[in-house]
Amino acid sequence: MSSAETKAEAARTRSAWLLSLPALVVLVFAASGPLLIVLAYSFLTPGQYGNVVWDFDLSGWIGILYTKDIFDGTWGLADAHLTIFWRSVKLSLMTTAITFAVGFPTAWFIATRPAKQRAFWLFLITIPFWTNLLIRTVAINEVIRNEGLLNTSLIWLGVISEPIRIIYTDTAVLIGMAYVYLPLMVLPLFAAIDRFDMRLLEAGYDLYASRLRVLRRVILPIVKPGIIAGSILVFVPSLGAYVTPRVLGGGKNMMIGNFIELQFGQGRNWPLGAALSMTLLVVVMVALLVYVRAANKGDNPHG
Amino acid sequence: MAERSFEVARLPGFKFIAITAFVLLYMPIITLVVYSFNSGQSVAVWEGFSLDWYGKAWANEAVKGATYRSLIIAASASAIATTVATMAALGTTRRKAFKGQTFIYVMINQPLMVPEIVTAVALLIFFASIKVATGYNGLIYLIIAHAAFCIPFAYLPIRARLEGMDLTLETAAADLYASHWQTFRRVTLPLMLPGIIAGAMLAFVISLDDVVITEFVKSGGQDTLPTYMLGQMRRAVTPEVNAISTVLLALTVVLLTAFFLLTRKND
Repeated sequence: MSSAETKAEAARTRSAWLLSLPALVVLVFAASGPLLIVLAYSFLTPGQYGNVVWDFDLSGWIGILYTKDIFDGTWGLADAHLTIFWRSVKLSLMTTAITFAVGFPTAWFIATRPAKQRAFWLFLITIPFWTNLLIRTVAINEVIRNEGLLNTSLIWLGVISEPIRIIYTDTAVLIGMAYVYLPLMVLPLFAAIDRFDMRLLEAGYDLYASRLRVLRRVILPIVKPGIIAGSILVFVPSLGAYVTPRVLGGGKNMMIGNFIELQFGQGRNWPLGAALSMTLLVVVMVALLVYVRAANKGDNPHG
Repeated sequence: MAERSFEVARLPGFKFIAITAFVLLYMPIITLVVYSFNSGQSVAVWEGFSLDWYGKAWANEAVKGATYRSLIIAASASAIATTVATMAALGTTRRKAFKGQTFIYVMINQPLMVPEIVTAVALLIFFASIKVATGYNGLIYLIIAHAAFCIPFAYLPIRARLEGMDLTLETAAADLYASHWQTFRRVTLPLMLPGIIAGAMLAFVISLDDVVITEFVKSGGQDTLPTYMLGQMRRAVTPEVNAISTVLLALTVVLLTAFFLLTRKND
């Protein structure tokens, strides 16, 4: 490469960076940079009234799994924390499973519509996708509340005499999350099914495969990257959910997101909150790496 | 099956599940909208049509203040995000791979990857110490926080537009002795304008809808419409919340429809 070419390339790189600089400054200031402060805070000593004291301390990280007995000062496994983690993981996995069970047929339905109708059905999925999550949570709340649509209709129909209490239970959180995150499952599944070559089905049926066999042996393996993508797109926000468990779970049925908030509020343990945030971040990043791998595989038909 | 044609793409039960999914998806939202027009207190028993709850919400000073703040923040944040995202899109598209390209992509898309609650906590810590140090508590913290997470939403449609653009017009302008600036101002910018408008609208919707980050960053008395609603959810739900939701919903649907029409013309 001649020196003129090298110079031209350096100039191009410089202009790319200069043009991106304002965006990077905003992002470093109000998105990435503060994450480093959280990391630092996770290694400090909790202050008495919240905030931190600038002394190195691992209690934030240890506190994720263990608690100190107030009376004899010994460390024991923190059952309450484990319950919250287990609930978060369990509800997130169940949300993913439910949205897949409902989302796959829905995505298939949309992808197999005539081309003109497809845009319409897709738009119907996109509207809730972009609608405020809080509004959708409020909406589902009005359905499942004790005096909500579901209970009043069932009582009116005479099916039940007392309202079924769903609100402020894990079930309410599960219903709410499945409801708000369903579009996140349908959209990547649709993208995968849309690329699926329907002639493969004919081939399968020509070879005397049953519908179930075609679904299991032909469709599912080919749309697998879409399944992984959708599952992670649902699992990741479920795990970090804050609004839905707060509104539908009440104060007791906390998930990790609410538990983190608690540390910065009444809990007054900022280092523990910071360590929990970092843990959540790492888990989510690992999940997203799997997602990127799956998405790249999807681009390569021989992969 | 012999008498009717064999549809290969048909899978038994799928259509039923899909239709049920659409019904379940829309039923709660429609209920919410319908009951915002209910004349009674109840959010479950229909007592007649009225616009009372809209009137009551609008007469409420807290709602008025929250609406005003929501709009100020969304307008400022989307303006900032769209400006810097436009520049970044010009910097990162339509050129050969350059050093640090991946880093810039990762940085720009970072708000989409980090859980909101983690960013919220990070900003709480960071801005709290700035607030203490400077004694300044204005809306600017919320505006900057919103601008940051709106950047990827503004960037993606602008970049998509730029990548789909025809280079020949710009080459033609240059051939006709237009300066770099003239080419940009008269050719590139008008061509990429639909992408910029689409990006700005998306950023506006995203800012308007934010709950978590706003909840953690706001100082006392800085509620936006979503955080005001979240606060109300602790008490008994009144149709006032439904009325506010319906207005926000209508705004979102209008902006999104415009967004789709704008981006569809590209193809």
